[in-house]
Amino acid sequence: MALDDKQQYQTRQFKVVGTRVKRPDGVDKVTGKARFGADMSAPGMLIAHVLRSPHAHARIKSIDTSAAEALPGVHGVVTRADFSEITDDDFTADILDNCMAGDKALYDGHAVAAVAANSVAVAKRALKLIKVDYEVLPHVTDVDAAMEDGAPVLHDGRANETVPEGMSPNVLARYEFGHGDIEAGLAKADRVIERTYKTEATHQGYIEPHACLASMGPDGQADLWCCTQGHYMVRNTCAAIMGMEQGQLRVTASEIGGGFGGKTTVFLEPVALALSRKTSRPVKMVMSRSEVLRATGPTASSSIDVRIGMTKDGQITAAFAELRYQGGAYPGSPVEFGSMSAFAPYDLENVKTVGWDVVTNRPKQAAYRAPGAPMAAYAVESAIDELAKGFGLDPLAVRLKNAAREGTKASYGPTFPAIGLEATLRAAKDHPHWAAPLGENQGRGVACGFWFNFGGDTCVTLNITPDGTVTVSEGNPDIGGSRASMSMMAAEELGIPYEQVRTIVADTGSLGQNEVTDGSRVTFAVGLATIESARAAKREMCKRAAMVWGIEEDAVKWEDGAAHPAGENAGKHPPMTLKEIAAVASNTGGPIAGHHEANPEGAGVSFATHMVDTEVDPETGAVKILRYTVFQDAGKAVHPDYVEGQFQGGAVQGIGWALNEEYIYGDDGILQNAGFLDYRIPVASDLPMIDTVILEIPNPGHPYGVRGVGETSIVPPLAAVANSVSEAAGVRLTQLPMSPPKVLSALHSK
Amino acid sequence: MVQVKIWGSLAAMTDDQTEVKIDAATLRELLDGLAGKYPGLRPQLDRGVSVAIDGRIYNDSWFTPIKPDSEVVLLARLKGG
Amino acid sequence: MSKIHITTSVNGDPTEFLCEADETLLDALRDRLGMTGAKEGCGTGDCGACSVTVDGRLVCSCLMLGAEAEGREIGTIEGMAEGDQLHPLQRKFIEHAALQCGICTPGLLVAAKSLLEKHPDPTEEEARYWLAGNLCRCTGYDKIIRAVMDAAQEMREAS
Repeated sequence: MALDDKQQYQTRQFKVVGTRVKRPDGVDKVTGKARFGADMSAPGMLIAHVLRSPHAHARIKSIDTSAAEALPGVHGVVTRADFSEITDDDFTADILDNCMAGDKALYDGHAVAAVAANSVAVAKRALKLIKVDYEVLPHVTDVDAAMEDGAPVLHDGRANETVPEGMSPNVLARYEFGHGDIEAGLAKADRVIERTYKTEATHQGYIEPHACLASMGPDGQADLWCCTQGHYMVRNTCAAIMGMEQGQLRVTASEIGGGFGGKTTVFLEPVALALSRKTSRPVKMVMSRSEVLRATGPTASSSIDVRIGMTKDGQITAAFAELRYQGGAYPGSPVEFGSMSAFAPYDLENVKTVGWDVVTNRPKQAAYRAPGAPMAAYAVESAIDELAKGFGLDPLAVRLKNAAREGTKASYGPTFPAIGLEATLRAAKDHPHWAAPLGENQGRGVACGFWFNFGGDTCVTLNITPDGTVTVSEGNPDIGGSRASMSMMAAEELGIPYEQVRTIVADTGSLGQNEVTDGSRVTFAVGLATIESARAAKREMCKRAAMVWGIEEDAVKWEDGAAHPAGENAGKHPPMTLKEIAAVASNTGGPIAGHHEANPEGAGVSFATHMVDTEVDPETGAVKILRYTVFQDAGKAVHPDYVEGQFQGGAVQGIGWALNEEYIYGDDGILQNAGFLDYRIPVASDLPMIDTVILEIPNPGHPYGVRGVGETSIVPPLAAVANSVSEAAGVRLTQLPMSPPKVLSALHSK
Repeated sequence: MVQVKIWGSLAAMTDDQTEVKIDAATLRELLDGLAGKYPGLRPQLDRGVSVAIDGRIYNDSWFTPIKPDSEVVLLARLKGG
Repeated sequence: MSKIHITTSVNGDPTEFLCEADETLLDALRDRLGMTGAKEGCGTGDCGACSVTVDGRLVCSCLMLGAEAEGREIGTIEGMAEGDQLHPLQRKFIEHAALQCGICTPGLLVAAKSLLEKHPDPTEEEARYWLAGNLCRCTGYDKIIRAVMDAAQEMREAS
């Protein structure tokens, strides 16, 4: 829908928005009562486990499940043969193939069969009785190796029309963005640098493994409980895979123990439904951590060439990047977003990016917070930093000089409206952190980052209860406090206290379609729909008051939680509060509700600047984060605590990506570190406090000026940390993670 | 007529032009017009695109009005985490 | 397979359950006793989401067998509040927004309570090292550490 004027941003004095209220799910979550994916059970429930490929690439010649099926306590076994093939939709066909391998196992950990039994022990014993005859094939896990002539081929004929002839069949798509003339721009530079950067795949690392409980009856109706970022997506995807009508499958989202993009698709859910269909029993599935790491979506690994020209006073004259991302065994690495976002923070006359989507024998990548952008920003911001420092220029001043602002033609095409990059850079320059002294073996790095944000299908219903409290039903799993934000926006709009509103996440039977909790969309889009629902309820309440007073409904206005007679009737009747109107709802036409359904566009793009101090231990190569400050534009911070939380969480995930986290594959194509001991995410003792500065440059596309904040915060830290470590170490590092052995070897190469 | 900027790797489907003119007053007319005039764009349009109109990004809304002087840019379909 | 009969105490309540010989305490708590407050994040003792106390000592319940609970006193997140009175740590976690998704919260609270029982006046660094075995992926730990330090101060002042 197009935004009408009412939805456009208007300045106002907020009463609830901007305060730091307590979240409605707080008590349940600190007392252990909150129910997450694995916390649900059902009468007569079976437990299912998955048999996974021990090979990186193998043809599945046959699967013999007879011995497993004969084991007492086993109620059903499924393989790909239990699913109908999907021939008209490659996107969904790939999801099915990833959930249960077809002709080939494409990566270590790829599901090949699943068993439902009456206990975990029986299910695990049964897995060992399944005989799979594999023909092991050559494999490839590195993006550059996969592009070479003669590389082992995963799929034939999947390249789309943009890929030039003669490339490896592992290259599936090519993207190109930009404008101007690169060579002419480079010719004007005082220095041109050309560098290649590599980043390893990292996992979203949510602490809650995937889990679900499916129940399907012989009547074809099914219920599914699962942890997901989008239960409507789960419904639609599972219905397509199972050949069901969407209306026959009701999905309820559990509390979700982190997602970061990794829970925007399905892994177990179709398998649990297929087993439930086969056994007519509820089937519960829970992944182990090793399964999460081996077989759910990590992000892409990347290899990026950058060529940038700069004059000695810091003007970028031309910028080029070629990005190669492997997205695992299926098409769809986020290289287009890397290519679009790489130079988005800068106002460039000559800019071009070329992106290549490549498949390898690794798990199918899933979105990870600003998918594709962090690695691109890492490469670009490293090169800009090296150029600036080479000329002896202040890296913040160079970024300010080239910063995109309102009216800048973005590197990916459109002209920017009002944006907040400059504000974040100025805030960084003025912050005491920038002027603080540094010691020996210490360095300071800065970097900028950008993310698009979007809206998407959204449905909200707001009900006024008979006693005059308010319930809001929305369809997006609350992954970081969004129920609090929705209640705040409803309370703000209705003019009532926050405590009188309770927001719930409704199941798929209760509302229309809702886009996944992703794209930093929830506070923006669901917030907008919540505000509009409240406005609809207010209009109805004004009408009811007008009936009671016997005046025209347009002679009533809503103020401070009550209907007031307005115009010539002003003062003639005492105001009717929300509670008073609710109390007579039955007498004035029945229950009162407001609802809003929309596909809101107008999510504002978001920028951030990060600043970090590190210290490098010259003996061990270990890097310590000393100080970290995030400067980001939030449009309007509805609940500042949770905005800060998004800034801090994204920064720390980025620190992990920069310093420790990586998928390590052996020559055999087997993942070597499928556990939290060896896949090391940041722990409390690795970190200082993460300082935050919230900038508020209102987004004109939202009634309160909200921009999404969830994703941008992971874009700058890879580069900010790399720039800091490179200064501390006195040598430029061009590969992530900057783990101690890599830092040590860089120090020795000086 | 609306001037539409498309991204570089699609230019092979539009006679090597990165800006094309389409007769359209809404997003739907724009997408239909592109597919009609440049059938080579159809696979990408089927895979999905986002469209920036005067700096604001639209994903689906067919009846979003487009003014003749609007800045219109075709983008890869946006996703998020 | 014959099950083992276990007599133990959970949050002060006399409790019995049957479990397999190779079953973890975490699974016994969750699947036999319906106490799903402790979470399995890794099953290998690396994430701390399953933290409980056994005779007052902080342990990962995924690394201990259910059968080993015989005769012990187990403390879980479900026993942390007294009736409707939240423990100061629980209150401070809510006040400081020290949780986003909340999956790590029960383990962090059990671990933090154990810290403050042994070290009522920890430095920030001590708190960070004590809680280094409890992974949180959402918050970057900032607000968690603030909540723990604030709770520690309140508890010192109250005692």
